[in-house]
Amino acid sequence: MNRKPTAPRWAQQLLKRITAPHLREEIQGDMDELFQMRGQRYGYAKARLLYVVDLLLLLHPRLWRRQAAPQVKARYSKFTDVPKSFLHPDMIRSYLTIAFRNLVKNKSYSAINIGGLAVGMAVAMLIGLWITDEVSANKHHKNYETLYQVKMSQTFDGTRGTQDALPFPVGEELRSKYPDFKAVAMYDRGEGNRSLIVGNQKFLKQGLFIGEDAIDMFSLTILNGNKNPLKEPYSIVLSDETAHALFGDQDPIGKILKMDNSVDLKVTAVVAKQPQNATLQFDYLLPWHLQEKIYDWVGKKLKTNWQNNGWGVFVQLKEGVDPAQTNAKIKDVILSHTSNDANAISRVKPELFLHPMAKWRLYSEFTEGKNTGGFIKYVRLFGIFGLFILVIACINFMNLSTARSEKRAKEVGVRKAVGSGREQLIGQFLSESTLIAFMALVLALGIVLLAMPYFNTLTEKTMSIDFGNPVFWCVIVVFTAFTGLLAGSYPALYLSSFNPVKILKGGVHVGKNASLPRKILVVVQFTFSTVLMISTIIIYQQIQHGKNRPIGFTNKGLISVNSSNDLVDHFEALRTELLATGAVSSICKSNSPPTQWWSSNGGWEWKGSTPDDKSSIFTTIATNFDYIKTMGIKLKEGRDFSRDFTTDSTGVLLNEAAVKRMGLKHPIGEILHWAGKDRTVVGVIPDIVVEWSPYRAVAPMTILFEKNWVGFICVRINPAVASSVAISKIAPIFDKYNPGYPFDYKFADTEYTKKFNYEELIGNLSAIVSLLAIFISCLGLFGLASFMAEQRTKEIGIRKVLGASVANVWGLLSRDFVQLVIVSCLIASPIAWYAMNQWLESYTYKIDIQVGVFLSVLVLALMITLLTVSYQAIKAGLLNPVKSLKSE
Amino acid sequence: MKGTQLGEFEEVVLLTIALLYDDAYSVAVVEELGQRLERPMSLGAVHRTMQRLEEKGLVNSRFGESTAERGGRRKRLFTVTAAGEQVLQEARRIRNDLWADIPKAAFGGGVA
Repeated sequence: MNRKPTAPRWAQQLLKRITAPHLREEIQGDMDELFQMRGQRYGYAKARLLYVVDLLLLLHPRLWRRQAAPQVKARYSKFTDVPKSFLHPDMIRSYLTIAFRNLVKNKSYSAINIGGLAVGMAVAMLIGLWITDEVSANKHHKNYETLYQVKMSQTFDGTRGTQDALPFPVGEELRSKYPDFKAVAMYDRGEGNRSLIVGNQKFLKQGLFIGEDAIDMFSLTILNGNKNPLKEPYSIVLSDETAHALFGDQDPIGKILKMDNSVDLKVTAVVAKQPQNATLQFDYLLPWHLQEKIYDWVGKKLKTNWQNNGWGVFVQLKEGVDPAQTNAKIKDVILSHTSNDANAISRVKPELFLHPMAKWRLYSEFTEGKNTGGFIKYVRLFGIFGLFILVIACINFMNLSTARSEKRAKEVGVRKAVGSGREQLIGQFLSESTLIAFMALVLALGIVLLAMPYFNTLTEKTMSIDFGNPVFWCVIVVFTAFTGLLAGSYPALYLSSFNPVKILKGGVHVGKNASLPRKILVVVQFTFSTVLMISTIIIYQQIQHGKNRPIGFTNKGLISVNSSNDLVDHFEALRTELLATGAVSSICKSNSPPTQWWSSNGGWEWKGSTPDDKSSIFTTIATNFDYIKTMGIKLKEGRDFSRDFTTDSTGVLLNEAAVKRMGLKHPIGEILHWAGKDRTVVGVIPDIVVEWSPYRAVAPMTILFEKNWVGFICVRINPAVASSVAISKIAPIFDKYNPGYPFDYKFADTEYTKKFNYEELIGNLSAIVSLLAIFISCLGLFGLASFMAEQRTKEIGIRKVLGASVANVWGLLSRDFVQLVIVSCLIASPIAWYAMNQWLESYTYKIDIQVGVFLSVLVLALMITLLTVSYQAIKAGLLNPVKSLKSE
Repeated sequence: MKGTQLGEFEEVVLLTIALLYDDAYSVAVVEELGQRLERPMSLGAVHRTMQRLEEKGLVNSRFGESTAERGGRRKRLFTVTAAGEQVLQEARRIRNDLWADIPKAAFGGGVA
């Protein structure tokens, strides 16, 4: 059989499908002819390839268009077929055509309308995504509904505080004695930066000890390895990310790695990394029982110690168990174990209760033992912001539509006279507004996609739009259609009601009150914008206030390094060598990093203290020599711990708050009693700000001389040496004395700045939102002003003929808007004041809201308004009256 | 003359149609242009351009005969209209004027 070779069948089919009907015959013919020609010239294999290439190059709208351009004329013959319904496809096509023509005709109006709406929608979408991300946090855990964290409330100094740090035995107690729980997993709450060594590579990773139940409780996805990987003590579970960092593409299961340069652990499983909005975050997990094997203090003492709080417990309730009943059962677990030394513990009245996973993220704050919210306040705040900006954008849309639709009254009149029914007119206006809304949607999606990377950086998230999600599209399309219909409803109903005879005879008489709804809307719009502006300024002031707070020490040029056993053992040698480099001016040990406190203690007694005072909590810094010098603290009184005084091992330093709390008149030399020892006050330091929030009041603090209580080593860099140079000199010395760990250092000033992360985020977001709100409002004003000027062209012309100056006309047109803005500011000020007062409530160290803010926002708003309106006003004023008046 | 503005590719295609005179259809134009411009030509681009030219009224088209290698399908033959000719003449005149007015020094004196 000698059949003629042909092009690939699928390609032919495809070609047939995509090409326009009126072009199909010739294009198919051409393609076949070319194929044969090329086949003979280059061989059929190449011809087939070229066929497909040509096919791809044919992908152009011009070649798919169903209708041939010259045939357009033929459509006029359809004129006689009058469509029956206003929803007839032909009618809808006609509406859209007219709408499109109108858009193109009034380019600036369309741009303002579409642009403003798009920006508003984009912001609302971004905020919506952000809120969705926050609200859906932790929902990926299968046991979302039944997981709880055990918390404890205690009373100190008359305040009831809530914490998640519990005594070590609590977990085992809950597991063994309470049948309400399906699973119980204990965990350590420490920062958990440990060094993992593979071969000769050192990694510093964050992880935690956790009970074996956790794997199932948190429905962690085991990608590889053992089903119950935390059973054997010398095991380690890695997240996929960590596994990749440590072992590259090798299979990590069964591999041995060394932790903290001392313990060999076997990798038993790899689990999927938790999403960014999950509460439980880790690079690796360690078996709970490993603690007993490697730390002898855990095994010996902690198992029966009900007074040392430092461990957390996650629990999963059995199906159908009412958490309220469980709460009642477990309330007094701690108290029941402390009957013999009731004095200290029963005073603070510890009570256990369950905090459900659904509240971990957004409701994590407790006041007086009650759950009072948390991050949810920001979620609500931004929900409101998003709504505001969307409303502002929609108001623009409505205002501009109605303002303009009066201009279109004549068109309506003509249409009605020619025979269009009311419903057809309504259909036309609604199609127009919906079309605008959808164009805005397209633009808004574009803006969202462009802004997403920046938004993610700003919010430190990894959000993206799930375009494959039908729910997303449903929401978006319904929302857009709704916006369009809403915005179009008023002009559609209003205009379609006109009497054609009246309109065509003498034009529309727009009543005095016709612009009232518009004015109200402008006031609403500017009220929103002004509230946002005032809030932004106050938030900004509050952040600055916190940043400028005197912190009592010098955080610049101060670095801290996680300590290790090796560093503690060789501290003196390390110190000598570091000082010898000349890059370091001072070095000290401390139990917490320089910008935080990690420990606090009660049980202090002083001259004149009552038994109740024993429950007073003092922040504890444990150090030895040179803490004051290294931190750069200016002593108020007395002296630093010194090598010259052998008695300093029982010395103590206080901060001013502690002196005040103890009511000491002459603190130096006072004897305090704590932990079975008398301690002499040798110095007083100012209230240094090492609280987790720099807006908090500084707690009373005691600085103890404890040689072996070390978590960190702080180093002050010689100010004469550049920090990069200093680091390069320090690093090898740390490497030498700390062989098990990578040299990981943190600058205290950077760490301190991190404390402002949340406020910065809120500040930045609200600044962006309020700027955009102003921008959209001004777009609306600009549009309105131009229509007002246009409407009053004749009036202005007459005024000018009668001698009005440009300034007069400008004043005439601007006055209205200025009034509206002033009214808005008057309404906005108390709202903003109230809202911001509420917000500031949560800060102890806060600003007072100043009247100046309101005045400056008023002035600013007026200036922006005048700038926006002036362009149109002056343009109207400069117009030659001859032109505007000669038409009649 | 707005509306009859010619793009560079449109001009070349229009010229080719004129050149092929009685046998101007897409494949022939693709072939001719491919040889003359020394670059592979996309059928789609030529089709689009010829359609545009027709909409502008610079060419007329009619269906020609069908052949076996076209699978029995007819080809569309194009001829340049009077308007098309005028536009080409105009374009040529402008180019000639431009060439004539280039000072000798512009091309390093190499233009005779």
